[in-house]
Amino acid sequence: MDLTASNLTVARGGVPVLDGVSFALAPGRALVLRGPNGAGKTTLLRTVAGLQPAMAGEVTGAGERIAYAGHADGLKSMLSVGENLRFWAQVFGTEGISGALSAFNLETLEDRLAGTLSAGQKRRLGLARLMVTGRPVWVLDEPTVSLDTASVALFAEAVRAHLGQGGSALMATHIDLGIPEADDFDVTPYRAKPRAALQDEAFL
Amino acid sequence: MIALLTRDLRLAVRAGGGFGLGLAFFLIVTVLVPFGVGPQTDLLTQIAPGILWIGALLACLLSLDRIFALDWEDGSLDLLATAPLPMEGIVSVKALAHWITTGLPLVLAAPALGVLLNLAGPGYLWLFISLALGTPALSVIGTFGAALTVGLKRGGLLMSLLVLPLYVPTLIFGAEVARRGAEGLAVQTPLLMLAGISFGVAALLPFASAAVLRINLR
Repeated sequence: MDLTASNLTVARGGVPVLDGVSFALAPGRALVLRGPNGAGKTTLLRTVAGLQPAMAGEVTGAGERIAYAGHADGLKSMLSVGENLRFWAQVFGTEGISGALSAFNLETLEDRLAGTLSAGQKRRLGLARLMVTGRPVWVLDEPTVSLDTASVALFAEAVRAHLGQGGSALMATHIDLGIPEADDFDVTPYRAKPRAALQDEAFL
Repeated sequence: MIALLTRDLRLAVRAGGGFGLGLAFFLIVTVLVPFGVGPQTDLLTQIAPGILWIGALLACLLSLDRIFALDWEDGSLDLLATAPLPMEGIVSVKALAHWITTGLPLVLAAPALGVLLNLAGPGYLWLFISLALGTPALSVIGTFGAALTVGLKRGGLLMSLLVLPLYVPTLIFGAEVARRGAEGLAVQTPLLMLAGISFGVAALLPFASAAVLRINLR
């Protein structure tokens, strides 16, 4: 099942940032959003993930099929790496975290408190969470922030493995991951023309 | 759901979780009142049910902003919102976890603290029953307040202003049960009202909390 967006208008703080965005993402493919800071990539991803409603247009094939990873990793610093992952595995009703741990080279850190990890290790744990969700569509917002070259390679490998199993990924990133299945999608042409905020903004 | 409850309880017990904070606050307030009122045991007996109820209520208020603020800051609230749990379930579990970590210890400690306030003999049982019935309502209403103010920097004060008026009915009937019980009067009417409030808010408010949380996550 494809993830499609048709004629999507997304807004940040009641002001439209992207207008008329349409794309389709087939299983086994990845779509990389490109665009300068403030172009609306995060807003688009949050809309696709269902965290905020679209102003116009619609998204299909999302909802319960999506695993979202934003700027923050959603880790509990007082829980260990293993406990953090096991919690999300339980929430998403999947079994086993060992695959996710080994894919991101976290086995030796399993019993460490997440609060004592470095920024890159936390990010790796945040990305490992995607693997325990068992969801087919990954929606990733700047997944490679604070990762070193080796970890970026681990991440690209994990994404390719996910695509190989029929999953798909929609991500916003500024670097080249070297994933052959990935297509670029530049959001700049869809920038919304400045216009007055909608009237009901005063009530939100 | 159970995973979320276990996680919240585990976080509350570990350092920085604030477990016991409300209880310690309750203890201090109840100890301070006799110092303020002076050694008039009759007067203390008279005001004991009300003071204990107000103390429990304020202790409950103290830890409310942790319900969602921590999950908001580290981004797990966004992730929970995209998880296969209904938002209503998430807020109900959060309220339950808050009650277990804050309300339940207060209920268990209140009879012991009643001694400090020279609570009348029959009052202990009714104080215990009224708090056991009323504190869940405090947690559920407080979760609603926390959902309203999530994402606001230092929203704790605003939350107190929003939540305290909503606590009034619970306080009135809860303290009334304890007072009547202590004086040996019939407690049936306020007890039924208190139970009604608790079950009513537990059934309805999670829907409101989930709705405001969805709006605040945008």
